[in-house]
Amino acid sequence: MGSSLDVARWQFAITTVYHFLFVPVTIGMSGVVAYFHTQWVRTHRPEYYRLTKFFGKLFLINFALGLVTGIVQEFQFGMNWSDYSRFVGDIFGAPLAFEALLAFFLESTFLGVWIFGWGRIPEKLHASSMWLTHVGTVLSAYFILTANSFMQHPVGFRFNPETGRAEMSDFLAVLTNKVQLVTFPHVVLSAYMVGGAVIMGVALWLLRRDHATDDAPMYRKAVRVGAVVSLVASLGVIVSGDVQGKIMTEVQPMKMAAAEALYDTTSNAPFSVLSIGPLDGSTATRVIQVPGLLSFLGTGDFNGTVEGINDLKVSERAMAEKVGQQYGPEVAALVQADDYAPIIPVAYWTFRLMMGAGFLTILLAAAALWVTRKNGVPQARWWTAVAVLTPLLPIAANSFGWIFTEMGRQPWLVYGLMTTATGVSPSVSVGEVWVSMVVYTLLYAALAVVEVKLFLTYVRRGAEPFEDPADHTDVPEDAPLQFAY
Amino acid sequence: MDTLQLLWFGLIGLLWAGYLVLEGFDFGVGALLPSLGAGTDAEDTEKRRRVMLTTIGPHWDGNEVWLLTAGGATFAAFPEWYATMFSAFYLPLLLVLVALIVRNMGFEYRGKRDDATWRKRWDIAIIGGSVAAPLLVGVALTNVVRGVPLDADSEYAGNLFTLLNPLSLLGGLTVLALSLTHGAFFLALKTSGSIREDARRMGTVLGLVTAGLAVVTLLWLNVATGSVWSWVTTVVAAVALLAAIYANTQGREGWAFIGTAVTAATAVATYFLALYPDVMPTSLAGGRSLTIENASSSPLTLKIMTGAALVFTPIVLLYTAYTYYTFRKRIGTHHIPAPVAVK
Repeated sequence: MGSSLDVARWQFAITTVYHFLFVPVTIGMSGVVAYFHTQWVRTHRPEYYRLTKFFGKLFLINFALGLVTGIVQEFQFGMNWSDYSRFVGDIFGAPLAFEALLAFFLESTFLGVWIFGWGRIPEKLHASSMWLTHVGTVLSAYFILTANSFMQHPVGFRFNPETGRAEMSDFLAVLTNKVQLVTFPHVVLSAYMVGGAVIMGVALWLLRRDHATDDAPMYRKAVRVGAVVSLVASLGVIVSGDVQGKIMTEVQPMKMAAAEALYDTTSNAPFSVLSIGPLDGSTATRVIQVPGLLSFLGTGDFNGTVEGINDLKVSERAMAEKVGQQYGPEVAALVQADDYAPIIPVAYWTFRLMMGAGFLTILLAAAALWVTRKNGVPQARWWTAVAVLTPLLPIAANSFGWIFTEMGRQPWLVYGLMTTATGVSPSVSVGEVWVSMVVYTLLYAALAVVEVKLFLTYVRRGAEPFEDPADHTDVPEDAPLQFAY
Repeated sequence: MDTLQLLWFGLIGLLWAGYLVLEGFDFGVGALLPSLGAGTDAEDTEKRRRVMLTTIGPHWDGNEVWLLTAGGATFAAFPEWYATMFSAFYLPLLLVLVALIVRNMGFEYRGKRDDATWRKRWDIAIIGGSVAAPLLVGVALTNVVRGVPLDADSEYAGNLFTLLNPLSLLGGLTVLALSLTHGAFFLALKTSGSIREDARRMGTVLGLVTAGLAVVTLLWLNVATGSVWSWVTTVVAAVALLAAIYANTQGREGWAFIGTAVTAATAVATYFLALYPDVMPTSLAGGRSLTIENASSSPLTLKIMTGAALVFTPIVLLYTAYTYYTFRKRIGTHHIPAPVAVK
């Protein structure tokens, strides 16, 4: 049956990874749909109108799931992690409240305006409402990543012995946490990679199917817009990811060591592309090892020293003991762990899968851009596989990246301040956590089936024929609406 | 207790009031789908249902953010309250989440296929979710005010059945009934044709039922934990509800809707005034109640939150008002376009 801690952790993993399948699609696609809509308003070329409507529908099918699974996230901290919420709520709660007030209202309100605005509001305002929705999604990412970055690298707080909890001492420091400043661009640009890839993949599939019709140029344009968005974003993802690696080496050296399963402190540390074996520090065989690369990724110098897991276990324990002595027995209990290393194979493989999926996305997007140049049509059958894979790869990369980030931080819940084991709700029974776990899993699985089927149905349907909205300007009051539920 | 702590206690009350005033009517519309949506034949029924859903279409998502903001603000301003409340009401909150999930999906997906079975399933999700959510939110809020067993560490020491006490169940029914009335008045205000007339007729009946439930709940609560001020707001709530019913019978639909909005807001005010100065009283001898003072965040966090609320709340209210203005026109069955051509 497991402890409520284990079940609560699995539940967080399942609900969060699931939620984040839809989040990057929402962030990325809302931007591209807003772009199509603006182009329609500017040029009044039918293809932009059709692309706006077509991808707008796909966007909404996806958005619905991102929205509903997001509500669970907001409640979950209090439901399953009440001791965590008590201990850091003074700091962690604020970005969540900001997210609701600044981002959720903006996103939800203007998406409503956009959905029901066809034929009911001026077109410039209509296109702006999708941009405002997009801004809302990006702001939402900013605040939730602020909260997460505090867990990775707690700053701007002090321990208050009177209340026995961590309290805010500098909000600006929390908002501009150096982990946050690099994670935010990394995550949002990854979301653009996803959004661009979804648009590209869908359009590529339709371009191949409808290559002999008048719609081919429209789909080709969408392929190219999607591919360009994905490629440009990927450059930023690589740069921010590189900086992130260096900051991680500095503030969470254990995570970097785990990413390479590097047990002994090494200078000129190599980076292996793959390896065979258990990764427990014994006899793993590294395949295609690049000398010095890990040192370079971590320190910016091929001869730099990267600390190994064995040394870090000792230094993390010393760090924990120091924190315990400094803040007293209550905190000492929060930082106590049997093992200060995360699960190494998970960290090792998710790190590689993230990068691999990301680089493959770049390759496929570049290929699609190449094949569609000069009115080209991708002829070979395997382009269908490209169309299907391109959206899935960066979504998977996002998931692997988060699994790496979160599992690589273990056993910490807040790095150096609180272990995951001490954050769970004491008053919630194992049975209760199991009930919610089963309910979420079954509900989410059913919704996933419905969502994917509906999404594919709308993809197959393709873009609707052009109907000039200008024909609807002088309609009588009692004419049917252009859109209703 | 300092000023900012008190201010945030009040603001969280306002957020809950905003939530029940706004999402209250869209709960009502969703729950009234089978009764007010029933037409002369299958085609008419479908059109009526679509009219009802379209009246709340642009608004329900924004309305729901009031709940998320109430949750987020509680987390930030009173972390202990958030932690204890959300872990104490574990299973009811799980059901609230499921209810919200399925009804939201229903709103978004129902019209995406022209398929009677598909629509029927999502209708069940919308109706079930719209009934369950206000009922459970009412049960939870009433339990907060009434007091639940919290031990010496302010940890919840009861179980699911502790929460299902008569007063709290009555509170749940009251919130549900008020949402139904509020939803009916909203539909009377936002639709044309026979739905409008039916909504008015039904609104009066629902209003009287609500009045009966609300009077018992609020009197019970006031006798148990009330103060002078909570009696005052109770009287305001009662007067507003009776005025709303009267306005409805006179065909003053706008006033009727404002009346139930005031009722919902003052009912929440009554709850919070009865709660003061606690945020979660314990019903256990030797237990530790959570109070405004001992559950709150540090002065700095409260100051930051206050700044943000002062700057951004007016902006939010402004664009929310804009959407209600933009989509102010009444909708009738003749406004409903053909269903989407997707099977």
